[in-house]
Amino acid sequence: MQDDLARRIASHPKYQELKAKRTSFGWWLTAAMMVVYYGFILLVAFNKPYLSSRLGEGVTTVGMPIGLFVIVFTIVITAIYVRRANSEFDALTDDIAKGALK
Amino acid sequence: MIKGGVALAGLLAAVGAIAAGADLGQAQKQATNWTAIGMFGAFVVFTLFITKWAASRTKSAADFYTAGGGITGFQNGLAIAGDYMSAASFLGISAAVMTSGFDGLIYSIGFLVGWPVVTFLLAERLRNLGKFTFADVASFRFAQTPVRVFAASGTLVVVAFYLIAQMVGAGQLIKLLFGLDYWMAVVIVGALMMVYVLFGGMTATTWVQIIKAIMLLGGASFMAIMVLAQFGFSTEAMFAKAVSIKTDLAAKGGKAPEEAAKIGFSIMGPGGFVKDPISAISFGMALMFGTAGLPHILMRFFTVPNAKEARKSVLWATTWIGYFYILTFIIGFGAITFVLTNPQFLDAKGALLGGGNMAAIHLANAVGGNVFLGFISAVAFATILAVVAGLTLSGASAVSHDLYGTVIKQGKADSASELRVSKITTVCLGIIAVALGIAFEKQNIAFMVSLAFAIAASANFPVLLMSVLWKGCTTRGAVIGGFLGLISSVALTVVSPAVWEATLGNPKGSAWFPYTSPALFSMAIGFIGIWLFSILDGSARAQVDKDGFLAQQVRSETGIGAAGASGH
Repeated sequence: MQDDLARRIASHPKYQELKAKRTSFGWWLTAAMMVVYYGFILLVAFNKPYLSSRLGEGVTTVGMPIGLFVIVFTIVITAIYVRRANSEFDALTDDIAKGALK
Repeated sequence: MIKGGVALAGLLAAVGAIAAGADLGQAQKQATNWTAIGMFGAFVVFTLFITKWAASRTKSAADFYTAGGGITGFQNGLAIAGDYMSAASFLGISAAVMTSGFDGLIYSIGFLVGWPVVTFLLAERLRNLGKFTFADVASFRFAQTPVRVFAASGTLVVVAFYLIAQMVGAGQLIKLLFGLDYWMAVVIVGALMMVYVLFGGMTATTWVQIIKAIMLLGGASFMAIMVLAQFGFSTEAMFAKAVSIKTDLAAKGGKAPEEAAKIGFSIMGPGGFVKDPISAISFGMALMFGTAGLPHILMRFFTVPNAKEARKSVLWATTWIGYFYILTFIIGFGAITFVLTNPQFLDAKGALLGGGNMAAIHLANAVGGNVFLGFISAVAFATILAVVAGLTLSGASAVSHDLYGTVIKQGKADSASELRVSKITTVCLGIIAVALGIAFEKQNIAFMVSLAFAIAASANFPVLLMSVLWKGCTTRGAVIGGFLGLISSVALTVVSPAVWEATLGNPKGSAWFPYTSPALFSMAIGFIGIWLFSILDGSARAQVDKDGFLAQQVRSETGIGAAGASGH
């Protein structure tokens, strides 16, 4: 890509908006994923009795729904990002492309 | 100190047990299974037709490397999931769940959590910046030769370890399932894989992977449903039965009733898998960030037409992989209730016929009879074949596109000669893979897959991330930091207990590096190396590197100017 085109796009206000929004959204979600996963690992490392305690009368333990939660959370958080990126971020990208290439 | 030492010893023993579970291990040869061989034969014939069709569409280097960019997000998601759902994860994780219950779940979750990070930080940027290999992305604004040499080294080292693990696994598994000799199994895998890659390139490799992923997901779903149906779809009833069986087994083993009940219930919570937090976090980091640095996964982002499809493909992949791990968990519990109680599947000592990894295979027999057993065995073989083909293709791309095309020919190689080099490399890699597979037959290779993840996390991932996101990153910083990450992850693995003691046979306790995974340390070395040698870099090239950041960033964010993958 030619440098002047890059500079023109970079100075586009919507480009600034896209970059800021996507970068902060991406890092926040990354942080959320790390908190959930390493939280789970540290719980396993430091509080085994809690994970092994029974939920009710039966044998099902607290750890089972927590483990399932981590799996479902992983899928849901990916879906949240993809949903926003495919609508909001792609619309911004289209606007930038139209503005820059006209 | 003493307490820490005891905890550590416990952890190593436990991780060793799980790692041994995930590795396909040594296996006894079984009687020839004609149903399984017939089903596998049908799969091979079908995939060869696909290869023939793919070959008619594979004309240019772009077709060979990226299927011409014409794969949809949904298809690519299945293919990525297929790359990830290897035979080791299907048989190994269900066996780990059968043996230790909840610990198997902890292990599988580690493999899943890297995907959101790939999505948020890399997937679309990769698509926007790259063409054929991840080196295209890592070297975008840098001096081509040094960065390509690094990226190709990172790719080939990761591919080599992963490939050896798969080949040895293939030999053991096929000896077990089909009753063929080890060397025969390894040669069959090598030969078929070469045919797919040579003639069908990325198109055939992707479609073989998609078909296998559908077969594996379908077969595993059927098994999980059959298991749950036995318990009226109540997981509580399934868990209760599993606990009572484990308790009975412990009591039969001569434990007092109270202790037996405790052992039986232990499958419902965390056991010895995670004792020492440093090993746990280090291992978790290798799995989480290694996913974002595996070359055969990264190359799949170049097969889709644009960033939107790249995102969709990771979402589909994450969904399928997460679903698959839930299935393997149910299958593991199903194996406790159906396999461990059935003398048909056990030897005189009460151990599983054919070894621990046969859990899912025996369960297939228990819930679906001999035909379904043949089907699952064929799927397991197909799985290895498809994963090996993808690995070989990414190794061949690194040699032909990065080393030959960019370093040797300085970007002036034409499509035809690059294609020829990648085909020659494919044959070489195939032969090397067979030779190594045979050479490592008797070795303990449990560490190799986790080593591949650790190298990917410590060398490939830091260079990719820093080159894309940090303006101050320079050629010198990326290359030196990347190599430091690569060397330190390999070196620390060699002196860790899994290799130093278990594989090299040194006395217990003599390993210098006490933790299971080097990633926590080698990733830090990689990142700090990139940062330090970048800020110290006052060369003229460093200025060029930094000046190129704006154009790179604009393209990575918007995709404007990106290689329109489809249609070249």
